[in-house]
Amino acid sequence: MAFFEMTKIAIKTLLRSPATIRYPFQPAKKTPISRGHVTIDASLCISCGTCQRKCPSQAILINKEAKTWQIDRFRCVVCNSCVDTCPAKCLAMDTQYTAPVTTKGVEVVTITYVKPPKPVANGAAAGGEAKT
Amino acid sequence: MTKRIVIPFGPQHPVLPEPIHFDLVLEDERVVEALPTIGYVHRGLERLIEKREYPEYVYIVERTCGICSFIHSLTYCQGIEQIMEIEVPERAQFLRTIWSEYSRLHSHLLWLGCFADGIGFENLFMNAWRIRESILDVLEQTTGGRVIQSSCKVGGVRRDITHEKLEQMAADLATIQKEIEDLSTVFLQDDSIKHRLKKVGVLSKEDAYHLGAVGPTARGSGVAIDIRKTGYVAYGKLNVEVVTENDGDCYARCAVRARELFTSIDLIKQAIRKIPEGPIDVKVTGAPNGEYFSRSEQPRGELVHYLKGNGTKFLVRSRIRTPTLTNVPPLVKMLQGCELADVPAIILTIDPCIGCMER
Repeated sequence: MAFFEMTKIAIKTLLRSPATIRYPFQPAKKTPISRGHVTIDASLCISCGTCQRKCPSQAILINKEAKTWQIDRFRCVVCNSCVDTCPAKCLAMDTQYTAPVTTKGVEVVTITYVKPPKPVANGAAAGGEAKT
Repeated sequence: MTKRIVIPFGPQHPVLPEPIHFDLVLEDERVVEALPTIGYVHRGLERLIEKREYPEYVYIVERTCGICSFIHSLTYCQGIEQIMEIEVPERAQFLRTIWSEYSRLHSHLLWLGCFADGIGFENLFMNAWRIRESILDVLEQTTGGRVIQSSCKVGGVRRDITHEKLEQMAADLATIQKEIEDLSTVFLQDDSIKHRLKKVGVLSKEDAYHLGAVGPTARGSGVAIDIRKTGYVAYGKLNVEVVTENDGDCYARCAVRARELFTSIDLIKQAIRKIPEGPIDVKVTGAPNGEYFSRSEQPRGELVHYLKGNGTKFLVRSRIRTPTLTNVPPLVKMLQGCELADVPAIILTIDPCIGCMER
């Protein structure tokens, strides 16, 4: 009788549509909060270095002189730590995984942030601008 | 006297997902002694605690294991919170409980599938993993990660679950429960499975207790040890039922895990009913100074994290004792006297997680 228990499941699964996604033809399942890869808006980055310090896998490197932000996608564990701690909110998490590549290497982004000029009218300048 | 021969088993073997080696001393087809060798996948994760600040170490500690990652991060955070005397909001405690139980569901379904595959029942394997997929989907929808959730942090949790989502999860669990009922009937009733597992790899209650078995391995031998009964996170406010079997054979250990699926579903439903409104985290300042043994119940048994801080951002010591390590001596005992053909099934019944064990 227990033999028929498995047969029941087997027949049920035979009759219904596949449990798997027909992947290249159908898009993979994603949710709005899925962690795929980190993206940067280079025009907002204030080069503060928080993401570099908070990265548990030391994948991010900021060069303040050369004004570059670089990430090693092979080291990054997509934990969302940098996105959570970024004070300028220039980092974001994309839901798409990074595409496979044939060579290892780092991704370098040139920071295009320009520090807004201080208001000249009075001495009390708006705070919050960071050093570049 | 029959001539003794030594057969090497592992580190690479079709039933083993991870490397562990046994030297099996045989008399004819019967195992008289099993000598384990461990240490093939040591990664030195504990040492990294000296190089990473304690809030960032959560992401490393949860990568100790690819199955029960959430419970590793929970145990670590719980330890730091105890050292720093942080009061975690109640909603965060309930969310941690819900995610812990989802982890247990997915781990047990994974094991049942792997085990069915190990004993040559592929159709059952595929079905167990099909159900597991719906559990992983919920984990991804609520935390952003399928197996590495990264949703626990020192002082609370990183993500909240909305009221609507919680209700939908409870409704979905009713469907999943029905499917799991069908699946567990096969595991518990099927003649070929019973024939393969009954009276194989017997571990007596005394041996289980004295050799330090934990989790389903101990509960399969009738030792009712379950750390959830101590009431960590929100388990104290829920009705936790400890599943035990008395035979101590492979079938009993399999039955414990199959029946624990239902207790997990029940716990999630209870937690969803009782979850209070409120904040999900508190601000953490300062650094831990002191030491603490943090314990929790993983799908495989009791997990212990020893943490020691010296008042700086970097802890001085972290020691992780995973359930698989304590289940190796009972495993050696089970293997004594069994047939060579039963060895793969017996090794699988302790649910070995070698990457977790060697850290």
